[in-house]
Amino acid sequence: MFEFLLKRLAQIVPTLIFVSMLIFGLQQLLPGDPAKILAGEEQDPTVIAYLRTKLHLDEPLPVRYAYWVGGVLQGDLGESVRTQQPVLELVLQKLPVTLQLATMAMTIALVIGIPAGIASAVGRGTVWDTVANVFALWGISTPNFWLGILLILLFSVQLGWLPASGYVSPFDDLGANLASMIMPAFVLGNAIAGVLMRHTRSAMLQVLSSDYVRTARAKGLREPAVVLKHALRNALTPVITLGALELGTLLSGAVLTEQVFTIPGFGKLIVDSVFNRDYAVVQGVVLVTATAYITLNLLADLAYFLANPRLRA
Amino acid sequence: MSAVLPLPPTAALAQAGPWRRAWRRLRRRRVAMVGLALVLGFVLLALFAPWIAPHDPIATSWGAIRKAPTATHWFGTDEIGRDVLSRVIWGTQASLLAGAVSVSISLLLGVPIGLAAGFIGGTVDGLISRITDAFLACPFLILAIAMAAFLGPSLSNAMIAIGVSATPIFVRLTRAQVLNVKVEDYVEAARAVGNPPWRIALRHVLPNVTAPLIVQATLAIAAAVIAEASLSFLGLGQQPPAPSWGSMLNTAKNYIDNAPWMAIWPGLSIFLLVLGFNLLGDGLRDALDPRAR
Amino acid sequence: MKKMPSRTLLAALLLTASAATQAQALRVGLAEDPDVLDPTLARTFVGRLVFAALCDKLVDVDEKLTIVPQLALSWAWSTDNKALTMKLRPGVKFHDGEPLDAAAVKFNLERHKTLPGSNRRGELAPLASVDVVDPLTVRLNLSAPFSPLLATLADRAGMMVSPKAAQAAGDKFGSKPVCSGPFKFVERVAQDRMVFERFDGYWNKAAVHFDKITYTPIPDATVRLANLKSGQLDFIERVASSDIEKLKSDKKLKTASITEIGYQGITINIAKSDRAKQNPLGRDARVREAFELSLDRQGLAQVVMDNEAQVGNQWVAPSNTFYAKNMPVPKRDVARARALLKEAGVPNPSFTLVTPTTSDAQRLALVVQAMTRDAGFDVKIQAAEFATSLNMADKGDFEAYVLAWSGRADPDGNTFSFHACKQPLNYSGYCSAETDALLNQARTLRDVAERRKVYEQVAAQVLKERPVIYLYHRNWLWAYNAKLSGVQQIPDGLLRVTGLKLAP
Repeated sequence: MFEFLLKRLAQIVPTLIFVSMLIFGLQQLLPGDPAKILAGEEQDPTVIAYLRTKLHLDEPLPVRYAYWVGGVLQGDLGESVRTQQPVLELVLQKLPVTLQLATMAMTIALVIGIPAGIASAVGRGTVWDTVANVFALWGISTPNFWLGILLILLFSVQLGWLPASGYVSPFDDLGANLASMIMPAFVLGNAIAGVLMRHTRSAMLQVLSSDYVRTARAKGLREPAVVLKHALRNALTPVITLGALELGTLLSGAVLTEQVFTIPGFGKLIVDSVFNRDYAVVQGVVLVTATAYITLNLLADLAYFLANPRLRA
Repeated sequence: MSAVLPLPPTAALAQAGPWRRAWRRLRRRRVAMVGLALVLGFVLLALFAPWIAPHDPIATSWGAIRKAPTATHWFGTDEIGRDVLSRVIWGTQASLLAGAVSVSISLLLGVPIGLAAGFIGGTVDGLISRITDAFLACPFLILAIAMAAFLGPSLSNAMIAIGVSATPIFVRLTRAQVLNVKVEDYVEAARAVGNPPWRIALRHVLPNVTAPLIVQATLAIAAAVIAEASLSFLGLGQQPPAPSWGSMLNTAKNYIDNAPWMAIWPGLSIFLLVLGFNLLGDGLRDALDPRAR
Repeated sequence: MKKMPSRTLLAALLLTASAATQAQALRVGLAEDPDVLDPTLARTFVGRLVFAALCDKLVDVDEKLTIVPQLALSWAWSTDNKALTMKLRPGVKFHDGEPLDAAAVKFNLERHKTLPGSNRRGELAPLASVDVVDPLTVRLNLSAPFSPLLATLADRAGMMVSPKAAQAAGDKFGSKPVCSGPFKFVERVAQDRMVFERFDGYWNKAAVHFDKITYTPIPDATVRLANLKSGQLDFIERVASSDIEKLKSDKKLKTASITEIGYQGITINIAKSDRAKQNPLGRDARVREAFELSLDRQGLAQVVMDNEAQVGNQWVAPSNTFYAKNMPVPKRDVARARALLKEAGVPNPSFTLVTPTTSDAQRLALVVQAMTRDAGFDVKIQAAEFATSLNMADKGDFEAYVLAWSGRADPDGNTFSFHACKQPLNYSGYCSAETDALLNQARTLRDVAERRKVYEQVAAQVLKERPVIYLYHRNWLWAYNAKLSGVQQIPDGLLRVTGLKLAP
């Protein structure tokens, strides 16, 4: 196992290097001059020249990359050129928000996806199959920004039950916090629910046709007990590990959901920064999230490895 | 003369071809048939748009701005007086294109790279795998947004951006399949007889990895249609005046209070098309599942 | 004896009631997230909205765009118009307790001019030096007469920050600004909210009826309005024009609509780069005239802005004092347009119109495309992201460009940078020595009537060449809680917070 861990850790380093080059390249090669954007309406040439020097924009690409990476290794992710706030500070400010959104969304996804997957697998070929499928898939079949707007109109404007947007810290007011997060979490969670349903379904199908389930049935156990006690427990492992990898999808979905609901998380930050050519912010945030994703991948692999004795041998 | 090897055992044993049997299995799953019907319906709509659409989708009319559905305009008119129904019908072309072209790009790029990685192995595989991991570690939409911003706002650029961003998934999938198949007997036999690697890759390996690729491609089309809508939401997709459901939704969201019909129909269309692809993809996965043979 | 306790009880109740009404917060919804909160470095329109609560300026403007006192009580020009002496309001303090005196004003004006990256340098270019005459009097010495100075001092260049705080923070001042406005900075969470609380040492604190103001950026207009309707916000700016009609009948809300000091127009590349020569629109003034004649400005205002705009053909609206009445708004004349095109030898000119990706601009481009088709124009629309379009405009890599300007109180702010030779915002490439001379002359004159005459001559020259086709002047559209009173509608589109009151 130790060998396995070392091998995987060794793979992380080049991956992270490629991530840094990828996101750096994607940002710095974007057309448009950040100095001009920063110079605002007046476009004063002196200001533009000053900004170009400050942001090292006239130096060749590899040199700028070296500046950035050097800073990162020392813990300095640069600062937002727009508001002069350090990127690290921005990340730490928004991390709890995105984490909460992701956790709530994942919970909703599990609550919808797993039962739907079970229903679809157990009721295979019947109308329950169709119902469960549509129920779980409608979430990924609608653009999440669209769903978000519809929900706002229904629950905030028409019914007045929930706030239309904005974020309240759970430490300030837990009730208001949940009220503001429930709709975006629902929108995001729905998107993942479909994927979880698929994983659950295929895992359940596989397990339901396995030997020990057949044994359980032969012993005379009633079907619900077979499904829930024996099949589900074994089906859940791959579902959970695969589900953890959906963090990437969550972040992708969060990009627009946060925009619509004005939740100050990573997603909104990244989109705004791309359009403002606020390179440091995009690079810093993506690097952080990519590292998190890669670490999560590693942990999932490890869990899978540990849970499966055959791989360990 | 190179030896002609027998086809892989599973195909040789069957009476009908494996594709025929897969189709039969697909037909039996009601869910998949619903999906297929939806997809085919939209494809027909796209193909026959010029004959089905009642009005010119880009013809503006100052007098008929944001009018509710009437007999002349079944779905109402939009913010500069264009017929929503015609735009929805013509928009099918853009959305289907967005899905199909993006995924074609992903396949054209991803499958060969994946084949190379799985087949050649060693450092090449290591390099490709690390780069693929790097791509997959960045959120898909961010990559697509950055690429679309780089190329400039337009439908074709959006398709390229989505296609390239989705390529790593196909690389990984192809590579995994190749690794699985590589150790099968018929491949070993082909190699033993002296077939060059590219021949083995194309004639023996590729046909056996197509099944999961088809499934993934179908599901990817669904995701690509949504991605195009998302890029349009940010102003990076189809540009005016050409219609696309995503850009129609983007404009319509500003008028949701006073002209909801502008949003309902494109929204519903996206939903049905994407749902169709999702259901079809899931059905295909079941039908092509080797375990069910 | 029994009455005493109940009277005290009543008094106590009244006191708590008034205390409760005093603890009021105003929640404002913005259309964008402002940039850095440092008046010297700031560069967005929306930042100015926040500054209205945070930083007082030397002077302000009223609804008629007349200069009125704020930190400066009175001012007088010297006889040669090269020096402006201003008398300051006594007893004004900064948020950190420091006094706002002449030395502080001198410090600030010099900071605006010398801080690296300052965006105010161009505005204050003619300011040569500042003298402290006495603790409450400053004299601004100019290198040449410059009548737009007062209007400039009514904007960010006239905002005063605490010298002590500025010196201590250096260029990080924007993260914890210390000004002298009615509210002081509490916290800012990027893209989430900005919170300000009442400044007890404010010179006009009787007019301040809130304890706290929160500014929340909500870019999506539909969501912003939804927040107002659901009661989460008290005031929103930039309401979509298509929503205004319905809001007028909503009893719980009030709306405000005032024409901006800026404009919406189409800038044409007539000499900025070689691309101008390759294109009939850029080459031939007759083609440009035909283009203008094929536009129905009233129709544009109606379709694009739901009539929430005033049509115009100059850099200031027809209702503005400096509007050149000798060049009225032309009516649509498709026949004449076609004749002109035939004369120019290009009956079907084709060009690319670049537009930003905002929905308003795209709608405008679509309508222009349809309208001009009647005269034979083939307009291709190209959407470009803001960042990319700035680059393109700067290099002259465009043929026509949909461009709006937020406007300045003085007409010089809407003309000089655009039409004087080689100025940073002169994207059309228009350059005429005569126009330059006229524009410079208008800057030195002080009498409004005299200046108007000069601008009439500028209009005659510039509008003939048509480097910019001015289309209309949009209305600033606000919506707010009907219980909010004291809303001043000023053409610069900024919400003044003094005098605002929220009834219980």
